Amino acid sequence: MNNFTEALKFIGRDGSIPGYPGLPTLLHLTLETLKISAIGIGISLLVAIPIGLWLGHIHRGSFVAINLGNIWRALPSLAVLAIGVAFLGVGLRNVELALIVLAIPPMITNAYVAVDGVDREIVDAARGMGLTGWQILRQVEVPMGIPLIFAGIRTASLFVISTTTIASLTGYSGTLGDIINNEASYHLYGVIGAAICIAALALIIEFVLAGVQRLLTPRGLILANEDEGAFEFELEPAVA
Amino acid sequence: MNIFAATGPVIPNFGGGASSFSCERANRLFCSSWVSQNWSSVLWPALRQHVILTLIAVSIGFVISTTLALIAYWRRWFERPVLIVTSILYTIPSLALFELLQGVPGFGLSATTAEVALVSYTLLIMFRNTLTGLREVPDEVREAADGMGLGPGQRLLRVELPLALPAVIAGVRIATVTVISLATVASLVDDQGLGVPILSAISDNVFKTELISAGALAVLLALVADGLLVGLQRRLTPWARSA
Repeated sequence: MNNFTEALKFIGRDGSIPGYPGLPTLLHLTLETLKISAIGIGISLLVAIPIGLWLGHIHRGSFVAINLGNIWRALPSLAVLAIGVAFLGVGLRNVELALIVLAIPPMITNAYVAVDGVDREIVDAARGMGLTGWQILRQVEVPMGIPLIFAGIRTASLFVISTTTIASLTGYSGTLGDIINNEASYHLYGVIGAAICIAALALIIEFVLAGVQRLLTPRGLILANEDEGAFEFELEPAVA
Repeated sequence: MNIFAATGPVIPNFGGGASSFSCERANRLFCSSWVSQNWSSVLWPALRQHVILTLIAVSIGFVISTTLALIAYWRRWFERPVLIVTSILYTIPSLALFELLQGVPGFGLSATTAEVALVSYTLLIMFRNTLTGLREVPDEVREAADGMGLGPGQRLLRVELPLALPAVIAGVRIATVTVISLATVASLVDDQGLGVPILSAISDNVFKTELISAGALAVLLALVADGLLVGLQRRLTPWARSA
């Protein structure tokens, strides 16, 4: 396990020795990785969630929404990045495009399934109470669909972070991938140190999103699900 | 592997006339001549290795996750710790996990590192699906099986597992496609699979034809594997076909 203790030492350095970037640089690269991921996730959210929610609300387009999710799983990140490089060249544009291509389908599919699957009787009751379509979506369908909608967002975010680091393989520099792909300069312990930073980043984001999900989930829904155990990690509908 | 990589960015003229390899030299979007010339030496071996990598990872992952799911089915407390550990494994980005495992003594740059990482991504998916499938077997069916005098083992093999099969196979499908996708990155730690031509094309001045053909093969392989598993499910669950 010598590599791992060396890796932790590598992370802990203050950057004063050449060849050992240390904590300041690693932190900077981690934040850059986060920034690039956040842009991709942000754009995908803006595009995918309204489409998914709307399709679910009108109960149309299930074929597109579901199959999109199935085809998406077949897209290897590295292949998407590579094919993108062939068309757009190496750069942020290609990376963001790949992130969006990979993040949108699970978001649309899950938002669709979440809203489409809300109990029809509840929706009918809301309509009977005089709620308009928009109010039903906002006050009934979205709150009830939060767990699944978030499952999609979390799956997509995982893929985005993973893909952002893989982008360094296609020549994009400015992320933690710079260190991971440069074992010649940073040795195996440096590579492992950077890998630890990426893993930590992904786990933190996962925890934060799980927290946000919990805050947004209506209390009634939490209480109803309580007997199923507090730990939830829904990637997508279990039986896809 | 890549005949071009050996000589660096200058693409050699392999004794052909001035007109051959002009497409490659200009690095146009797609040169079918390159694909036909390098199919048997570059693309086909990579594809075959990719399939084998995937088969091994999914098989090992299937055995482990099914065992875990059965234990959790019989002993409920077992579910939470398994979910926590497999979720963490699933959350770690692939590139990071491959490199982390590389540091484990005895792993290094090897097929073991690649397979262990790939297996670890299948566990959460197949564990959850199998467990959900088993739990969704209706209680009445279970009681009927007991009433017919089936023991716990027979009930599992002849009633519960067959009924859970659609969910189990759905898990295998997701896991397989995920592994095919991640195995392209595995070429970093183990020099095989479709990641090899992709990475060599990038280091070879972004050679587009190779990028596109290897990338497309990875996508096609995933789609074909998914289709085959759907077919398998239909064969194994004839009772569900009419529905």
